[in-house]
Amino acid sequence: METLIILLIGILVAVATYLILSRNIIRVILGTAVLSHAVHLLILTLGGLKTGNVPLLTEADAPYTDALPQALILTAIVISFAVTAFILVLAYRAYQDNGTDDLDALRGTNDE
Amino acid sequence: MFSVTFAIIIPFIIAALVPFIYRRFKLLHIGWFVMLVPITLFLMLARLIPSVASGKTYIHTYNWIPSLNINFTTYLDGLSMILGLLITGVGSLVILYSIYYLSTKESLQHFYCYLLLFMGAMLGVVFSDNLMVLYVFWELTSVSSFLLIAFWNHRKASRLGAQKAMLITVSGGIAMLVGFIMLHTMSDTFSIREIIANVGDLTEHALFIPTMILVLLGAFTKSAQFPFHIWLPDAMEAPTPVSAYLHSATMVKAGIYLVARFTPVFGGDQLWFWVVSGVGMITLFWGSFNAVRQTDLKALLAYSTISQLGLIMSLLGLGSIALQYGYSEESIIYTQATFAALFHLINHSTFKGALFMVVGILDHELGTRDIRRLGGLMTFMPFTFTVGVIGSLSMAGLPLFNGFLSKEMFFAATVQIMNADVFSLQSLGIIFPIIAWIASVFTFVYCMIIIFKTFLGPVQPEKLDKPLHEAPVGMLISPIILSVFVVGIFFFPNLLGGYILKPSMESIYPTFGDPANLTPSIHAWHGIKPELLMTIGVVLVGALLYRLLKKWKPVYGLLSSRYTLNAYYNNFLSFAESKSTNVTNKYMTGLLRDYLVYIYLFFILTVGGFFFYSGAFSISFSMDVRIRAYEVILVGVMAVAAVAMLFSKSRMTATLLNGVLGYSIAIFFVIFRAPDLALTQLVVESITTALFLLAFSHLPDWKKERVPSKTKITNAVISVGTGAVVVLVALAVLNYDRFETISAFFENAYELAGGANIVNAILGDFRGFDTMLEVVVLFIAGLGVYTMIKLRAKKGDENIENK
Repeated sequence: METLIILLIGILVAVATYLILSRNIIRVILGTAVLSHAVHLLILTLGGLKTGNVPLLTEADAPYTDALPQALILTAIVISFAVTAFILVLAYRAYQDNGTDDLDALRGTNDE
Repeated sequence: MFSVTFAIIIPFIIAALVPFIYRRFKLLHIGWFVMLVPITLFLMLARLIPSVASGKTYIHTYNWIPSLNINFTTYLDGLSMILGLLITGVGSLVILYSIYYLSTKESLQHFYCYLLLFMGAMLGVVFSDNLMVLYVFWELTSVSSFLLIAFWNHRKASRLGAQKAMLITVSGGIAMLVGFIMLHTMSDTFSIREIIANVGDLTEHALFIPTMILVLLGAFTKSAQFPFHIWLPDAMEAPTPVSAYLHSATMVKAGIYLVARFTPVFGGDQLWFWVVSGVGMITLFWGSFNAVRQTDLKALLAYSTISQLGLIMSLLGLGSIALQYGYSEESIIYTQATFAALFHLINHSTFKGALFMVVGILDHELGTRDIRRLGGLMTFMPFTFTVGVIGSLSMAGLPLFNGFLSKEMFFAATVQIMNADVFSLQSLGIIFPIIAWIASVFTFVYCMIIIFKTFLGPVQPEKLDKPLHEAPVGMLISPIILSVFVVGIFFFPNLLGGYILKPSMESIYPTFGDPANLTPSIHAWHGIKPELLMTIGVVLVGALLYRLLKKWKPVYGLLSSRYTLNAYYNNFLSFAESKSTNVTNKYMTGLLRDYLVYIYLFFILTVGGFFFYSGAFSISFSMDVRIRAYEVILVGVMAVAAVAMLFSKSRMTATLLNGVLGYSIAIFFVIFRAPDLALTQLVVESITTALFLLAFSHLPDWKKERVPSKTKITNAVISVGTGAVVVLVALAVLNYDRFETISAFFENAYELAGGANIVNAILGDFRGFDTMLEVVVLFIAGLGVYTMIKLRAKKGDENIENK
């Protein structure tokens, strides 16, 4: 199971990387979204899968699955959401002000 | 109880206070206040002279980083006492002088702040026993020297001079740092005293010679020894008080100090002897030879300083031979060279300080220091003239002035070295007195130039911008005090010898027993000896050469300006600048993709490479749990959705596929017993997808990307590589079981935090701070989103960014 999930993570990372290397700003943002999916899965998988019950003390009996990765991922999900929202608006403003969503066209001037 | 540490720290504290005080008290020149610092420190140090002279040393340690052997240890002995007195003594006089030199219109708070910074750093260099601390202060002196040279930073020459001084001295400093680290490797301590105490173990070490060379590089760059001397003439762009203080009396003596300090470690080695005395001799000659051609008095003094530093350096080299012999009645004679070095160190600070101040007076009062425009000043500026003559004659090595005594001792030492029977000196030793004598002739010539071309001869008032007049009393006090020392030391040299020089001989020859044996009685008259004959020869030939100056001066024209060291330095600098601009422009393209490619390549090469070389990759399926059919289907769905994203023609499809990935992960969270994650993921994924769709209404459609297929292939290779490295690393980590999991601790959530949901307890309690800051991040992101949507430049406003 873990190996299978890790292979899936590999595919997700490769896809994300390819999207991030693109010139279109939306593809880059999508790439970061996919990358965060991959990382969430990675953290969870490395903590060990299905090693116990749901980590709710009153609902289930020991052994529990590792709760620490879950807490970390919860934080990560929220942060990646914030970042995605922020860069989406950034892309929107960049397009408004510069009239393009092409990163090649958005590069800074040579003589600063 | 006075602690030396205190002496180092006070200047720094006052330097920090100077800007505030400056703002408060505008009426009085801030220099008066600053001057109290070196005077106080000088008196504090002077009180310790008798006890240091009797062999007492003061040591004090603050533990700083004991685990790395780095402690703030201050050490006051004879050698550091000499430098300490020079720094504070000359410092007081220079500040007094600067009060009249710099008008209140200059940015005085900067000037005195830098000057105090330098003073503290320099005291730190001479009083530190720990090599690392010494290094820090060493570089600080370079930095403050940089700031002071560039004090008039509206002048291009000042900036370039500062840059040159900085580049050369700091490069040397870094070489020295490497040397210090090697010393630590060899001796396992950073303490100079401990290294000296265990010096016997070092000499056979393979790193001994490299260490020696590196430490010498630091000393030579700092003390402007050939071929690194080129920064000193350019450093003369600094205000004259700075030149008098840093670039003749103190900072350039730091290299001398370092060589003297390390003589017990490296001295006695043949290479040390030849390099130190050889480089010193070359510098001595080259400096004096070049000084003669200068027409700017300050440049002349700069080359003369280089030459005199070479003289002191070569004396230290000559004196180190005594350590080869070890202590005996016969070897004491060789230590006299070191004694002369220390003696001349002090003498040089007195007469050269006075001369610099004289030149500063000329520059300040007459508006020029070019000898072609000066002349006949004797009658107009009698006091300046007197000081100038005393300084020049002392530098030329004539009797009635202290320079004569140390110069005679220098000649004696060079003659004496011919008698040594080691280091093939029987055959080569003869070059020392010859070079010394020739260089002294040139020294005599440029001293005569200072006296005759400036103060005697015809007056040229038409070439001067200002009327001829004597300097204000305030500017004359400091040079007069220094010239009193010049004469006073000549008449009472043994006072200096007994109290100041004797204890420092013990610092340099710790194994030689009672320093009283190493302290000769200094006499002006000691019979007709070779050294006296050499002095008489210098005067005769020098006078002749001065008379015939016009005849032989064309010799300097033979030196092509294309092959000077300065030209090499400038070529190297412009070469390095253009090359680095080229290289930087090559990879800093301004394209996001390129930067990301660097990051990914770095990741693949270092992380993948490290795992590959250390053999950390391990793949085993033993830990895996059983796979169920629906899980395989889910994995398949995700993989297909992900790959399909790459080929999707419209942005809508791509976003929905991203949603598919998000919701599938939510299902995985359910399967993997993470209900909180599943809930959050579902909510967040819905909002994210909505956000994307919202953004699309404001953004243009996806156009087909016109990317060359070569770029596409590169991108694909990097992507697959990154994915592969992640997979391999993840598999390796998965099978890594050397550490116990720490999660068992959190399973006591109910007892520890009163929460039954472990994940919630971790977020809300165990890692509560983390969660709070996460909220802050969300808040900031929200603010950013709001601002970017709402805030726009008003119509008619200029675009701020392109301003």
